Amino acid sequence: MKKLKPVDVVIVGGGWTGLAMAKEITERTSLNVVVLERGPARKTSDYMDMMDEVDNALRHRMMQNIAEETVTHRFSRNETAVPVRQYGHFLPGTGTGGAGEHWTGIAYRFLEDEFVLATAMREKYGASKLPEGLSVQDWGVTYAELEPYYWKAEQMMGVGGKAGNLRGRLIDGGNIFEAPRQQEFPNPPHKTTYTIELFGKAARELGYHPYPTPAATLSQTYTNPDGITRPGCAYCGYCMLYGCMIEAKAQPTNTLLPIVQKRKTFTLRNHAWVRRVIHRDGKAEGVMYMDEHGEEVLQPAHIVVLASWTMNNTRLLYLSKIGDPYDPETGKGTLGKNLTHQARGDSGGLVLFEKRVLGHGGAGGMGFRLSDFDGFNGIDQFPGVLRGGSIGGGGVAGHPISSFGNIPPGAARRNWGSEWKKAALEWQGRIVAAGGFSGEHLAYRQNYMDLDPTYTDKWGDPLLRHTIDWTEHEHKQAAMAGAIAAKLARQMAALAGAKYVQGGGRGRGGSRTQRYQVVSYNSTHVQGGAIMGSSPETSVVNTYLQHWKMPNLFVVGGSAFPQNASGNPTLTALAITYRSADALIERYLKHPGVIA
Amino acid sequence: MRRREFISIPAKGLGGLLIYSLTGKPVRLQAQDGTVKVPLRFFTAEEAKIVQAACARIFPSDESGPGATEANVVVYIDRQLAGPYGRDKYRYTKGPWVESVPEHGYQGKENPQQIYRANIPKLGADFAGLPPEQQDERLEKIQNSLFFRMLRQHTIEGMFCDPMHGGNKDLIGWQLIGYPGPLMSYRDEIGKNDTEPFRGKPKSLAQIVGHPVKPWEDEAG
Repeated sequence: MKKLKPVDVVIVGGGWTGLAMAKEITERTSLNVVVLERGPARKTSDYMDMMDEVDNALRHRMMQNIAEETVTHRFSRNETAVPVRQYGHFLPGTGTGGAGEHWTGIAYRFLEDEFVLATAMREKYGASKLPEGLSVQDWGVTYAELEPYYWKAEQMMGVGGKAGNLRGRLIDGGNIFEAPRQQEFPNPPHKTTYTIELFGKAARELGYHPYPTPAATLSQTYTNPDGITRPGCAYCGYCMLYGCMIEAKAQPTNTLLPIVQKRKTFTLRNHAWVRRVIHRDGKAEGVMYMDEHGEEVLQPAHIVVLASWTMNNTRLLYLSKIGDPYDPETGKGTLGKNLTHQARGDSGGLVLFEKRVLGHGGAGGMGFRLSDFDGFNGIDQFPGVLRGGSIGGGGVAGHPISSFGNIPPGAARRNWGSEWKKAALEWQGRIVAAGGFSGEHLAYRQNYMDLDPTYTDKWGDPLLRHTIDWTEHEHKQAAMAGAIAAKLARQMAALAGAKYVQGGGRGRGGSRTQRYQVVSYNSTHVQGGAIMGSSPETSVVNTYLQHWKMPNLFVVGGSAFPQNASGNPTLTALAITYRSADALIERYLKHPGVIA
Repeated sequence: MRRREFISIPAKGLGGLLIYSLTGKPVRLQAQDGTVKVPLRFFTAEEAKIVQAACARIFPSDESGPGATEANVVVYIDRQLAGPYGRDKYRYTKGPWVESVPEHGYQGKENPQQIYRANIPKLGADFAGLPPEQQDERLEKIQNSLFFRMLRQHTIEGMFCDPMHGGNKDLIGWQLIGYPGPLMSYRDEIGKNDTEPFRGKPKSLAQIVGHPVKPWEDEAG
């Protein structure tokens, strides 16, 4: 094994959270920081040539190579798990910037009560009324404490939107259910399209409060506090699954990397696959990784930061034997607990238009959503629904392969041949589904992660095993979302003089399934495993994302979420990471030890 | 090294009238005559003929416009199969191999190359020469199979992919559905809510960026 000279800080993962940590530390201290990124280097100029549906959307060119490592899945712990052999339900990124390069750019703050969810649910329902096995936890940090860090992340990205709650004052046209913000968004909302406006109008007529989706795809030219200037979105429609070729979509490579790569104390090593955290006597001593030639390398470091997303953070802790593995039988142990994903909705039917209404341009965050059934809002009329989610609508035509063949139910006898082709051509761009549901996924005792006993990665290390299934609650959420989406679709149809039909609905991430599945896309919002909290009995890291048992090890990002909120996770992953960086710099460095 | 095999693609179909079903306006496409010989990377000439005939029934050339034959769908499939996708280079292929429930997706050991090679003969060596009704009968018999689902999906991909992948020849698929290509900006159009399908000549990615683009299937190794 090749042994390198020690560095002050080694960070595993060069995505949003890893580079945010690196930027804060190199900005405010003189420490040397090395970031180890498993995938290739990436830069904006690569992305123009990648506006290709086959290579990116179908063959997943920007994703981690699943041949080298995947996860296994089983529904419950008495079954044998099987490997996820090809990508379906989530898409982990790789390379500098990680999934932050191919993300859609939806930049939510979580609801205020999300951070005290266990307390809030007990207060509302009473402990005895909660479903058996619910393992929702408080985060140990409040929204008010995180607000400045949310603002820092929003400014860095240049998030566009409209405030609905400015220091407690509710503002029409914004999300009146959002947690109070101290400032208006850094940028205004995106332009919209005919069908998006129609969705918004239908929602308002039904008494709901639609708001522009908060988007990290710039709505205008913007210079952030670091002096990085990026242009407004050109609405090319290549956001989700693609890197932005003009830097309108905030990505680690166009916001954080340009700053850190100029610093002498910063080093980024690509093709460095970290396999172990090396530790002794409760102290991390560095990491072992494989370099691009397949050679083992030891990188000693005084501080180790794991910033390699939910899966790999959890897996590295398991592989390195750090912490107490969670046991779903006894509820003891913490590592791997509270695996959550995203709850989805039933089909709300389709609006069929007389002529083509969907164009090809668009931006990831373009559109309206409503939070009238998010959190505890409006859910009491749906028995059994304990937490809701947001509902969006509108949409664009999508790319030619994935959007082709969207026809009303019964429009052709079979899904090939002349009759089908004619119907598909006639209905091109004329069908809109009203409500995409993005629901909270509560944590349950039986949903967790550990190491698979059978399957291994390219180096022979055990794969991470997911044990997870939907419960009755997710089905009730889905039914609620379907009912609301149907109301919205009917209203849209009435407003536009279009036709409404039940059923149908297709495409990525749209609908729930009876059982958990790994085949069609849900979202890449997979959370938990190394969750944060206020007690080492119930969490892996403290609220500063410092490992309870290893003070010089920080584990940042989505792995720390005790459960998944309805909103997309990136902004929150960054907010808790910024807070962690503050604590590391201001407190840990002055008094190495557990940050009290 | 295997013998170089070719498939002949009739180019004369491109000279016909294309009726857009939405607007009803006939639009004349660029005329071309004769046939084009395309070298094959994976299929034998016999296999390619059968696949081409099957794709032509899945996405026929008919009164609603050109189909899989004119778009060179078989060339697209041939290149995908010859590339990393066909060889499962980017699929988890470690054992043990076990059967599982549909929620776990395809768990089979066979890669797309093997699936095509094993299943094409099941359509019959005489498939390409059969009348369309008989071809449809044979396809109906397998329409719930993994092979057919792949073939159907690959046919749609070959119709509407960027031409660098071998299909969507002369952007005929994108013209058919009114897709202008991966344009770099809709900044001026996005708010206008213009709902007319695009009826100009689409642009390929290479035309838009101004230089040749290398598709992933051409990657070595």
